[in-house]
Amino acid sequence: MAIAVAKRRKAAARRTPYLLIAPAALLMLGFIAYPMLSVLYYSLQNYNVTKPWRNGFAGLGNFTTIFTDDSLFWSSLLFSLKWVVAEVGLQFALGLVLALLVNQTFVGRGLARAMVFSPWAVSGVLTTTIWMLLYNPATGISRYLADAGIGEYGTSVLSSPDTVFPAAVLAELWRGVPFFAILILADLQSIPGELYEAASVDGANRWRRFFHITLPHLKDAIVLSTLLRAVWEFNNVDLLYTLTGGGPAGQTTTLPLYVADTGIKGHDFGYASALTTVAFVILLFCSIVYLRLSKFGGDRT
Amino acid sequence: MTATHATTATATERPSRHRLEDTAPPGGRKRRRRSLDAGNPRWQIYVPLGLYLLFTLIPFYWMLLFALRPTGSTSLVPWPATTKHFSKVWNDLGFAIFFKNSLLIGVATLFMTTVIALLGGYALARFNFRAKQLFMLALLCSQFIPGALMLVPLFQIFANLRLIDSLWSVIIAETVFQLPLSIILISGFIKNVPVSLEESAWVDGCGRFRAFCAVVLPLLRPGLIAVGSFAFVHSWNHFLFSLMFLSTQEKYTIPVGLSYTIGSGESVDLGTLAAGGVVAAVPVVIVFAFIQKWLVTGFSAGAVKG
Repeated sequence: MAIAVAKRRKAAARRTPYLLIAPAALLMLGFIAYPMLSVLYYSLQNYNVTKPWRNGFAGLGNFTTIFTDDSLFWSSLLFSLKWVVAEVGLQFALGLVLALLVNQTFVGRGLARAMVFSPWAVSGVLTTTIWMLLYNPATGISRYLADAGIGEYGTSVLSSPDTVFPAAVLAELWRGVPFFAILILADLQSIPGELYEAASVDGANRWRRFFHITLPHLKDAIVLSTLLRAVWEFNNVDLLYTLTGGGPAGQTTTLPLYVADTGIKGHDFGYASALTTVAFVILLFCSIVYLRLSKFGGDRT
Repeated sequence: MTATHATTATATERPSRHRLEDTAPPGGRKRRRRSLDAGNPRWQIYVPLGLYLLFTLIPFYWMLLFALRPTGSTSLVPWPATTKHFSKVWNDLGFAIFFKNSLLIGVATLFMTTVIALLGGYALARFNFRAKQLFMLALLCSQFIPGALMLVPLFQIFANLRLIDSLWSVIIAETVFQLPLSIILISGFIKNVPVSLEESAWVDGCGRFRAFCAVVLPLLRPGLIAVGSFAFVHSWNHFLFSLMFLSTQEKYTIPVGLSYTIGSGESVDLGTLAAGGVVAAVPVVIVFAFIQKWLVTGFSAGAVKG
């Protein structure tokens, strides 16, 4: 009887996992894989709602245009890179410091954690709303600074090409740092305390403990979170779309914003699909290189 | 002089640490580790943290200030406070309806994501099957696909399903894009529950399902709360899908309402805009205040580490 039960279990065990992943797999096939494939398909087409007479198979035409004859593509790609590097670098550095700070014991730690993490909860358009109020030339911070003798009246950091980039970076930083702080703090708590005790018995000072215990332990979490964040920041549309709209003078047009402009406002869906495909390949390639270089999970296998 | 300071410091610290070690239960590691950090001077924590808190809180304060003080006031203290802006956004601009829509979408996304991710996560954590690697790969790759760039094909799909301008289109889209990460997180949580616990329930005559509900599910509570609230907060804040798929004003969500308030430019009173922001922030801040404790323990349960 035991054998029969075991046999039945085995047969069921072969089917069960597929039944369990079926809802997720079907949803992802229908709403991620299929749209992705249709983007690929359209990238080879001329497909423009406003110019239907030109529609039809375009071959690699869209792609050759992108690489040879589209300065907006290159400038938006360059801006995307600048954006990702600045955001992920700063968010990670600040997030690490914050996590180390709130990992210690002090009075009011719970409250401090909740406050430090809170912008993460209210991301998106709300971030834009808040920072637009702060940056408003008539009633924002700059007015009060001008009252105090710093800077001049009527400056809007969002409409000047010199200041729009740091201004946008600062707003995104505000909501992005908590992400790293939360993840790193979570990982810090899983480091066994014995390691630190043994190290301090051996006479290791705080810096040595940090570089020889904390950082190596955090490595996988750091690699994964920086990668995910880089991809998310690359694809970030919410904030820039509502805060700067890509302006002034295209100074803050990232590649996804350019794609949205082309596809949704410009109705040139074939070309937008080709741009999407290029963006996806770039992201995938960079991710693989990054995972290889950082030897992600390497010491486990 | 410094020497005496150091000795007194260690002298007062040492006995307490021993006492902790003696009384701490076997699982009480964390307390012991923290007692090590306790040697750092306080100001090294409070000064940088205080500075960062200023950066975090001033924007929030600014929003509250605009929402509460009367139009035209330049005072930095919102006193006497007015509720005029709130009643305007809530009643005149339709935020009462947007709020209800956002709440519906958020709660539905929360339930769908949690249930489907629980099933998938269990399969990944407890079974070895042929398509497992492929499924994992698909989950990871989906993270590289920009949801924003797939708006047009998604729009076509929902148009074919006749779901445009129905809250369901947003619920489905939010769920789908929440799923990959949720599944990875939940499978991490389940892996942390020893299989032996389940097996002993099977021996007692429980089926897999009953064993799961009775033994594993209660232990997953913190993780599920983290993942569920993740889904809620995300769908509450995310605006692209609702912007694209919903067209009549009765269907708008809070972020869409906000973005139109922003978009109407100079004509809109900044106080109104700020009040809308406060309305948008309150539910997520409440959710967040409840979950932030679980969030950290939930993640450390092995989620982000492969």
